[in-house]
Amino acid sequence: MIGAYEISLLTTIGIAVTFALSLNLVTGFCGQISLGHAAFLGTGAYVAAMSVVAGAPFAVGLIAGGLVAAAVGAVVGLASLRVRHDFLAITTMGVGFLFVGFTRQQDWLGGEMGIAGIPEAPFGKVGLMVVALGVAAATAAFSVYLKRTWMGFAFDAIAADEDTARTVAIDVSRYKLAAFALGTGIAGLAGGLYAFNIRFIAPDSFGFVESVTVLAMVVIGGIGSVLWVTVAAAALAVLPQWFQAVDDYKLLLYGVLLFTVMRLSPGGLAGLVARLVRGVRQ
Amino acid sequence: MFLVELFVQGLIQGSVYALIAVGLTLVYGLLRILHVAHAGLFTLGGYAGVLVTNATGSVAVALVFAALSVGAVGMAVYRFCYEPILRRPPYVALIASIGLFIAMEELFRIVFGPFGLTYDIVPLQGSVVIGGMYLRSAELVTMALAAVLIGGLGLLAGRTRIGLAWRATVSVPEMAESFGIDIVKVRYLNFFIGSALAGVAGVMVSVLNNLVEPTMGSVASYKALAIIVLGGLGNVRGTLVAALTLGVIEAYGTIYLAGFLDRDAIAFAVLIVILMVRPQGLFGRSA
Repeated sequence: MIGAYEISLLTTIGIAVTFALSLNLVTGFCGQISLGHAAFLGTGAYVAAMSVVAGAPFAVGLIAGGLVAAAVGAVVGLASLRVRHDFLAITTMGVGFLFVGFTRQQDWLGGEMGIAGIPEAPFGKVGLMVVALGVAAATAAFSVYLKRTWMGFAFDAIAADEDTARTVAIDVSRYKLAAFALGTGIAGLAGGLYAFNIRFIAPDSFGFVESVTVLAMVVIGGIGSVLWVTVAAAALAVLPQWFQAVDDYKLLLYGVLLFTVMRLSPGGLAGLVARLVRGVRQ
Repeated sequence: MFLVELFVQGLIQGSVYALIAVGLTLVYGLLRILHVAHAGLFTLGGYAGVLVTNATGSVAVALVFAALSVGAVGMAVYRFCYEPILRRPPYVALIASIGLFIAMEELFRIVFGPFGLTYDIVPLQGSVVIGGMYLRSAELVTMALAAVLIGGLGLLAGRTRIGLAWRATVSVPEMAESFGIDIVKVRYLNFFIGSALAGVAGVMVSVLNNLVEPTMGSVASYKALAIIVLGGLGNVRGTLVAALTLGVIEAYGTIYLAGFLDRDAIAFAVLIVILMVRPQGLFGRSA
């Protein structure tokens, strides 16, 4: 049997993997860089927490969190129609700061203190773990499926070269909005699970550091690679729990890893493995 | 009167933003890199300010030391971090820069402790009355330094051969190179000057708050990113106007928007609204 510690660890992994794959949809598949993805985790977490505290069933809170995050994400996606590349990176970063700056000042959302005492899920800790892992697995399966659909192909084209995609009659705007809505909606789901797992949320749980952490997961895994982003997300979620030293210097590690990966292997683990395999074959 | 005081406070904050943002916009203009790690150099300046002032008792020495040392570190950042990845797609440099910045912040925390450092004797604490308004010497010095340094930079860029080479490299690097300009030297100069200005800003902010802490770079410098976007990336004059304007908007916003938005979020609210209307920034040419 697994103990309480393993249950909480697996739940955390499930949430981290879901969150990382959701950013991978936007940044990896569709090439739209986002430096404020934690805002959508936060939106989902707040909506889910508020609904459950108000007495709604957990499933309703979870789904509402995902839907509201997707709606907000689609609005932010409108920004990606106006600005590109570096401008978009800064705009999304701004969205992240706006989220924190806004929630901090809202008394009805608990202000700086956040929301404490979120009730425990009726299906228990094991149930929550199963749900978290299930959502993560479903997200991974959906990502793999998406890659093989027409929409995945359009995302690919947009990521590679937006203008060329437009000239071959791909409706760039529609697909970008779809990528944002999907990615942020899934992030919102992860947020709801996060709220039910930690049972306490505050604005600072969804700040720039969290946005960078999830970006680190995607970048270290290899932008766009479902398998390796999953591996990297699980590893980065587990390492701080296993090694106290890693926890103390977590940000230093993320920073150094981000830098090193970009410097040596911009394709991340996926790129590294692909190169190794090619090397062995030759 | 209150409104005027807010305006002046806004200009003081705006001068700090300007000193930070000019370096960022210079780097963007030259290399098309969003130099997020610039924030770390600003913090480094703050630490240099406190440590040198406490050791020597002179804030002037600290300012010179901060400018030179942070400038040198800036050149090292270019050499070891950006130069090797210049040919990669732009997001590579952006993400590397974020990684570098986070690592720097953590290093400050590990080396100097999480609670920050203060001055033994806070310098520039006198005050003057101008038109019925109390201004601290530190605030006046901040504005004066910003005006003199950025004005000097304008002269350097506009009136000297070095400035000519610099501007030529920014507009058409290949052409500049074919005319015998050493563009690598121009890049070093660019990083030295931009980083030195950030170092000076770091010292002045540490004096104004009598505090340096590991995270003092975060908010100010993310705002600097917003400012250079508003100014039209790479456009120094636009950046100046945007920095001062944002300082003033924040000063009023802190009073009139307090119940709704955090001070630090105002910059980004302004940024997002303006970008939606004018995607190339307030003063940028359309692409």
